Amino acid sequence: MKEMKAEEYQERKVDVGEWHVNLTSYRLDKEFHCKADNVSPGAALARTTGATREEAEANAIARAEELLSRAKRRAAEA
Amino acid sequence: MGNYAHPETLVTTDWVAQHASDARVRIAEVDVDTKAYDEGHVPGALGWAWNSQLCDTVRRDILSPSQFEELMAASGISPDTTVVIYGDNNNWFAAWALWQMKVYGHKDVRLMNGGRKKWLSEGRELSTAAPKIARTTYKASAPDLSIRAFLSQVQSAQAKSAAALVDVRSPQEFSGEILAPPGLPETCQRGGHIPGARSIPWGKACNDDGTFKSYDELKALYAGEGVDGTKPVIAYCRIGERSSHSWYVLKYLLGYGNVANYDGSWTEWGNLVGAPVERGAAASAGGRG
Repeated sequence: MKEMKAEEYQERKVDVGEWHVNLTSYRLDKEFHCKADNVSPGAALARTTGATREEAEANAIARAEELLSRAKRRAAEA
Repeated sequence: MGNYAHPETLVTTDWVAQHASDARVRIAEVDVDTKAYDEGHVPGALGWAWNSQLCDTVRRDILSPSQFEELMAASGISPDTTVVIYGDNNNWFAAWALWQMKVYGHKDVRLMNGGRKKWLSEGRELSTAAPKIARTTYKASAPDLSIRAFLSQVQSAQAKSAAALVDVRSPQEFSGEILAPPGLPETCQRGGHIPGARSIPWGKACNDDGTFKSYDELKALYAGEGVDGTKPVIAYCRIGERSSHSWYVLKYLLGYGNVANYDGSWTEWGNLVGAPVERGAAASAGGRG
């Protein structure tokens, strides 16, 4: 059992391919955690960890890239 | 909680911090990402997995009465327990859980305003320990199906323009440009929306910190799309969780009397043979006939 707090909480937006991605990162104890979600509608893409914020974010972006590369756009005309 | 119609259904992170160890209160976390709870949660909170504990895992449906009673009993919840639910993505699946608890008549169930995001960003205490639960017995009420819309009801409402249909997905899902949120599996055969539906994405109801917008802002948001509570409202999304969030806003924050969640949503409608589908971006409310 561990009691802790999220520290150094930060959110930022990045573009992954043609999609906007929101990165939320924070430190829990000695490890950085990162969550990637698509900005709209906000669905979760990846949850990763790393020894540094940069590492956790890089892992999340890599996973987001993999998932988002499968997303297809279609003609949406009526 | 501002001048919401039912402020008793919403609590602040401060309130949760003060009441998390209250024996009459049970806190539950429900996340889109079911791994989030294990990373650290509100001390004393239990975790419910939306994809295994809040649905029938054999047929596509919400929990049956007996499944619901078992979940409540195993969670140490009695009919008079105050249940506070929170989760990631600004309470998407927390609202889904609250909606099911209301279907089965639980009296006092509330959302934590801002959800997991606000709790984390405020640097509040987290625990990785699962709480020790004393089992209860729980008897569910007969399901209140006035807050749940089934396909036949939606088809009838659409054909007769008898309800305001609110599509809470992203504009790109509404238009048919994408079939699912980017990065998630496509679970329907056709893209677009139910003809006549208004596009009011769920996220427009939230502030940047994950909390709900004010009553006046919410009222203006929906009224601007012609959804003012004078007609029954049916909310839908892709699988029913985002629309639970909007259902909660319409039902409890704005106080509209007749609001239902169509949990079959686009994964049902967008797979139906012969169902009417409209494509293209949303027109302004004033521009529609």
